[in-house]
Amino acid sequence: MAAPPPQPLVEAELAERIVARALANGGDLAELFCEERAGRGFQIDESRVERAQTGAERGAGVRVVSGDTTYFAHVDGLAEADLERAADAAAAALRGERGEPRALEALHAPAPQEIQIEPDSVEAEPKADLLRVCDQRARAKGSEVQQVQASYAEARRRITVANSDGRFAADERTRIRLGVQVVARRNDTVETGFETRGGHRGFELLADGAGEAVAEKAADTAVTLLDADPAPAGAMPVVVGSGFGGVLFHEMTGHGLEADHIQKGASVYTGKLGERVAALFLVAYDDGSLPGEWGTDGVDDEGTPTQRTAVIDEGRITSYLYDLLTARKDETASTGNGRRESFRHLPIPRMTNTFIAPGEGTPEELIAEVDRGFYAVSFAGGQVDPTTGDFVFGVSEGYLIESGKVTKPCRGATLIGNCLDALGKIDAVADDFEMKTGFCGKGGQRAPVGTGQGHVRIAELTVGGTAVG
Amino acid sequence: MSAEGLEQLAERAVDAALQTGAGDAEAFVQDSVGLEVRVFDGDVESLTEAGQRGLGLRCWIDGRAGFAYGTELSDAGLADIAAGAVEATRITDSDEFAAAPDPAGDPTPIEGLADPGAAEWSTERRVELTKAVEAAAREADPRVVAVETAVYVDERASAALANSRGIAGAYEATFAYAYLQAIAEEDGDRQTGLGFGMGRSPAALDAQAIGGEAADRSTSLLGAAKPQSRSCPVVLDPTVAASFAGFIGGVLCADAVQRGRSPFADRLGDEIASAALTLADDGHDPAGLNSAPFDGEGIPSGRTPLIEGGTLGAYLHDSYTARRQGNGQRSTANAARSGYRSPPSVSTSNLLVEPGARSFEELLADAGEGMYITDVAGLHSGVNPVSGQFSVGATGRAISGGELSDPADEFTVASDLQSMLMAVAAAGSETRWVPFGGSVNTAALMIGEMTIGGA
Repeated sequence: MAAPPPQPLVEAELAERIVARALANGGDLAELFCEERAGRGFQIDESRVERAQTGAERGAGVRVVSGDTTYFAHVDGLAEADLERAADAAAAALRGERGEPRALEALHAPAPQEIQIEPDSVEAEPKADLLRVCDQRARAKGSEVQQVQASYAEARRRITVANSDGRFAADERTRIRLGVQVVARRNDTVETGFETRGGHRGFELLADGAGEAVAEKAADTAVTLLDADPAPAGAMPVVVGSGFGGVLFHEMTGHGLEADHIQKGASVYTGKLGERVAALFLVAYDDGSLPGEWGTDGVDDEGTPTQRTAVIDEGRITSYLYDLLTARKDETASTGNGRRESFRHLPIPRMTNTFIAPGEGTPEELIAEVDRGFYAVSFAGGQVDPTTGDFVFGVSEGYLIESGKVTKPCRGATLIGNCLDALGKIDAVADDFEMKTGFCGKGGQRAPVGTGQGHVRIAELTVGGTAVG
Repeated sequence: MSAEGLEQLAERAVDAALQTGAGDAEAFVQDSVGLEVRVFDGDVESLTEAGQRGLGLRCWIDGRAGFAYGTELSDAGLADIAAGAVEATRITDSDEFAAAPDPAGDPTPIEGLADPGAAEWSTERRVELTKAVEAAAREADPRVVAVETAVYVDERASAALANSRGIAGAYEATFAYAYLQAIAEEDGDRQTGLGFGMGRSPAALDAQAIGGEAADRSTSLLGAAKPQSRSCPVVLDPTVAASFAGFIGGVLCADAVQRGRSPFADRLGDEIASAALTLADDGHDPAGLNSAPFDGEGIPSGRTPLIEGGTLGAYLHDSYTARRQGNGQRSTANAARSGYRSPPSVSTSNLLVEPGARSFEELLADAGEGMYITDVAGLHSGVNPVSGQFSVGATGRAISGGELSDPADEFTVASDLQSMLMAVAAAGSETRWVPFGGSVNTAALMIGEMTIGGA
């Protein structure tokens, strides 16, 4: 059943008036962004459902761009007086002649993603019960499971954008996510397992045992890691797991391809458009239009339709990721990557769902060719200095590879290296493609992003561990 | 809105919750205005005027607790928030320790928490200050080729809190900070360095010092190479020491301890660190950015000695963890709010690492042959808060013959918090405030031995 297209949060006539008002003291572009957000969430800890919360907010952000400078103001509330206040504050520091906006085009409001079960149509009790079952399933994995924390969150976000180029767009986004963290203990050894499932989807995403499977996987990981030895230290081949393993590509390449970093020269990929940076078989995309994925939107937060963008093709950089302002500077079109955490934030170019396309061969075949190496299944997070390309990733689940086989689990490992160097050393991608959900932080803003890939092998990378030698 | 007006609003929200069926209720209201200036390449990149006003409401019904927030603050809006909070409360399972905080005395105002002089700075003047920060880094050294955005932020906030057991209060606070990341280049090598400054008003920010620090940090790393893997003495720069102190403060929070998520559970009175380490939490220090007369539950703030001469003296509590602890434990006023959109949780306020007698140069001399760590990456992902084990990416300089020598990058530092605390050899004498790991005042720290993972 197709849902009706979203309605705008403000009428076209009012939006047009606010955009015109924002241009009172000049500017090349004025934009009104309106948002309404409602959500709820709770968690289970110590087998008790707690930290239940609900929230609702409405607000607007107005920006005026003049040359290379952006003037921005945001207010809580969507009443006409609130919008006027934001427009006046944004225009206050400009000193130019009044600008004339173009008339707004017809509303562009893509049909929402297919939602089978609206999360807010489900009573609270079944959601609390889902967390209780997660808790039981994880604890059933043995007495070594000491703690289970599971959290559920749902949110509905409606946005409307109007700008002085005549753009008028609305979008509606429903997201839900379950995260489970399990701590297992044996004597003095403590290990953590973490797993999530989320999407631009309804409650059906967690139905039919899908939620419970998340809890079981987290518990299995924690228990397995109890047998871990200290990770090795030194340079060696590294195989990165599918799904969550895509975080590595997200961090070491995705961020460097965001056009704001490129234009500031603060990326190791600056000036590399069209250049070979990886093996010929490597293909990678950013795609904000993938049905039902966590990083998917109908239009981005500047009203540009989301799209599939090939960022690496046959090992060459083929596109950067643009929002409106960076696209204007490079005299190209936005790739639909202008995203903002809320009406309190300016849009910046950032990833949606970013992934390495599946290759050939199985993960086992990739691993069989490694004599001594490291297998990183998932990361606890990572950090990249975009300017130098130096990165570091904490490995939350990792194993030794010995004589072509995955052997002992390892604890306390970190992967360190340099983006271009590591990208160039990818020598195999397997066919077991998988997408996972995450939150990405950039410039103080949080955004839901999808990461994905099959197993990926890097010929050599430094593993930092506690075992010296 | 005035502080008194906010307090009345909080009380109205508490009444609305009680009328909706809450047994007890607590409302927190925040009203703030702020400015952010970002400068790139000598020009303003963005100028943001931020206005925020909203309310967060906690309710309790027979040992169940729930929370809701909203931005519509009319009577109808407050009724909606109250209904949401009561609905959330009913979902949760009962917990015998969940209850509204009781009054714990009158808070003492903090001198200088709001600097009235901050309001006298026009937008233009604050823009000029941000440009001066950026220019200072470029002019400090010709090898600084760019600055990756210089940022200035300030805020003037009023906050008020009221609960159904008689707690009520309000305060005003101001702050301002600036930071930048300088990019230095030489012989094809590129390095970045951070500079920052903070205070209650833009007048407290020294543009030359902030820009100069970023320039120094970036240029001193030029030519860095991967060091040899080894175990050796390590000196932590105050920014790095602060990040670690923040992490240690986190695992000394009672909720982490009570829920089995701290390597320091059941260690009160034990020696958990070397005698060289003394660490306190102080929510009332006028210089601390996280200071306020009362915490996120209205409990008057104060000083809690955490580690004294190596001995674990206390954990940090809010009213829930104190009640759960029993034995007359009281809240240490460590219920922290990150805004009106989330309920309070136990957190450090300002951490103070007591300085020692040795200067920075003397610490290097003591280390002899080792590593000076100026930056760590991935601390949040690289430290296991349960086991205390960590492995983080690092940059810094080798210490050779008791002095700073070759720059080093792309290496890791690994240990576990327990071993690291026991290995603290000395705290330096020159302290500074650092906004990483919360809000921390510390000097450089020397650690007797850590594992370096490099070439």
